[in-house]
Amino acid sequence: MTGRDNDRRKFLKLGAAAAGGAMLPGASRGTEADGTPEWTRRMGKGVGSAPYGAPSKFESDVVRRAVPWLTASPESSVSFTPLHALHGIITPNGLAFERHHAGYPDIDPDRHRLMIHGMVDRNLVFTMDDIVRFPSESRIYFVECVANGGMEWRGAQMNGVQFTHGMIMCAEWTGVRLSTLLSEVGVKPGARWILAEGADNAIMNRSVPIEKAFDDALVVYAQNGEMLRPEQGYPLRLLVPGYEGNMNIKWLRRLELGDRPWFTREETARYTDLLPDGKARQFSWLHDAKSVITFPCPERGLKDKGRYEISGLAWTGRGRIDRVDVSADGGVNWRRARLTPPVLSKCLTRFNIDWTWDGGPALLQSRAVDETGYVQPSMAQLRAARGVNSVYHNNSIQTWRVAPSGKAFNVQLT
Amino acid sequence: MSSLRDLAVIAVAVWGLMPGKAAAQTFGYGRAATPAEIAAWDIDVRPDGTGLPPGGSTAKMGEDLYIVRCASCHGDFGQGEGRWPPLAGGKDNLTDDRPVKTVGSYWPYAPVLFDYIRRTMPFGAGLSLSDDQAYALTAYVLFLNDLVGEDAVIDRATLHKIEMPNRGNFNRVDGQEPDVTGIHCMTSCRAGPVRIHSDASKR
Repeated sequence: MTGRDNDRRKFLKLGAAAAGGAMLPGASRGTEADGTPEWTRRMGKGVGSAPYGAPSKFESDVVRRAVPWLTASPESSVSFTPLHALHGIITPNGLAFERHHAGYPDIDPDRHRLMIHGMVDRNLVFTMDDIVRFPSESRIYFVECVANGGMEWRGAQMNGVQFTHGMIMCAEWTGVRLSTLLSEVGVKPGARWILAEGADNAIMNRSVPIEKAFDDALVVYAQNGEMLRPEQGYPLRLLVPGYEGNMNIKWLRRLELGDRPWFTREETARYTDLLPDGKARQFSWLHDAKSVITFPCPERGLKDKGRYEISGLAWTGRGRIDRVDVSADGGVNWRRARLTPPVLSKCLTRFNIDWTWDGGPALLQSRAVDETGYVQPSMAQLRAARGVNSVYHNNSIQTWRVAPSGKAFNVQLT
Repeated sequence: MSSLRDLAVIAVAVWGLMPGKAAAQTFGYGRAATPAEIAAWDIDVRPDGTGLPPGGSTAKMGEDLYIVRCASCHGDFGQGEGRWPPLAGGKDNLTDDRPVKTVGSYWPYAPVLFDYIRRTMPFGAGLSLSDDQAYALTAYVLFLNDLVGEDAVIDRATLHKIEMPNRGNFNRVDGQEPDVTGIHCMTSCRAGPVRIHSDASKR
């Protein structure tokens, strides 16, 4: 008799016993009493229960959040990415921060059009079918609202990394190179600028220098493998890697070539950086190097003293992150952190460093250096140079004060 | 179609996909934009007034419209209600501790005010104004800032000539060199004691 036949006979005997209502002594495995949880004892959900999957109900706190007092209406407002709850470098699409100026539409892609005109050989209109037919490219880039950290100029205000740094996302973007589209329409000599304009009710418009268009700008329709979410510009947005978020025009409907910038409201009355002498920096598009520790942070404190892995994110609009240093004593002494691959240009870079917490107070900081040699400045340095009214481009070193309780708080140092 | 001809078509198609050093290739996708389509979408107005439409109006003609369509957010005098942005005031205050950035105190170009109003105001009702209404509201906001008289005609010939007080106070940086850089130091990096400047938990 083979072993298999033997098993089969045992199975039949068991079945007969169960059918007779007799329980075998000692067969009561898999009970609550022996610590087997209900998810092990029961059948799970079938495929198709959630045709578009969703996170576990136990992750329901991991959501974008807004600051009600910050803006006058939710349609012209911002929600923040929960950086404290994320791992690696990619922002899930449902958690990517939102910034709208007149709410967000849900555009019928069959009716969406992109017009490219102005100083070109051919004024052309493209459907979405046309756009996706062009050679495609997929690249991982961060997008950061240039007002990220804008509430912190006068002092530490928002007690959470979601609110101090959460106007940032990082995703794999798929689309067509803007240079490909520009070749298609033929750029006339003398064209130096491109006006990009959205199809939402804000009809947002920004001027982009043509050098950027021919460098690495993309016109994208997908984010992390799926079509853009409506909040992120579905079905088409501009992506200008490393430049301030506002220039990455969502719901892109029009590109106009011209010889000068347009000086739109969004690059004069807004998105200019007022300095203490009353002058304002204009076209300060680039994000300089920046970093933040995402664990520990005010949302995620420490439990007991002992060994931890400090973790955080670093990025720069000028290329790759070269190194990140971490201090536990408010910037007196620093240790170099590990950069977790991949380390990509104009992309979030994850850093980690081991740290043994002795249970006493600590002041945690991270400091990014990018491939150009640029070093992330302190808040005191930024304030000395730009005052407290420039709103945008706060890329200062963040300090978390760790109390003996293990809780972390947003502080600034003198 | 003969199979030989099919092969020739395929050969041409494959060859066309190969990278080459020739002038940038075109794909032939898309279609020509019609003049009507361009006219409908090409609504931008530049600092020199390029793009301004025919028509015109005055602050006096804009007052009633402003009160009905704008004042609930921006205030009867442009002072701003709640968190909504003020449009007027803040004269010569950009170096103050709490500057108020308004059309009069901050905006450098009057034609761009027309552009913004016509494209996206009133809030949530962008493109709903006629050109004359947009001129009237532009005139009224400039009037609230003492930049034009109530009877001054604002149109494509006059708008770009209005002198905006803050016009000369923008410095182009065009994304070039950073203005502030940190210090790279690894040990004993602070001269004085470490002091807390501010603490979000104690606000």
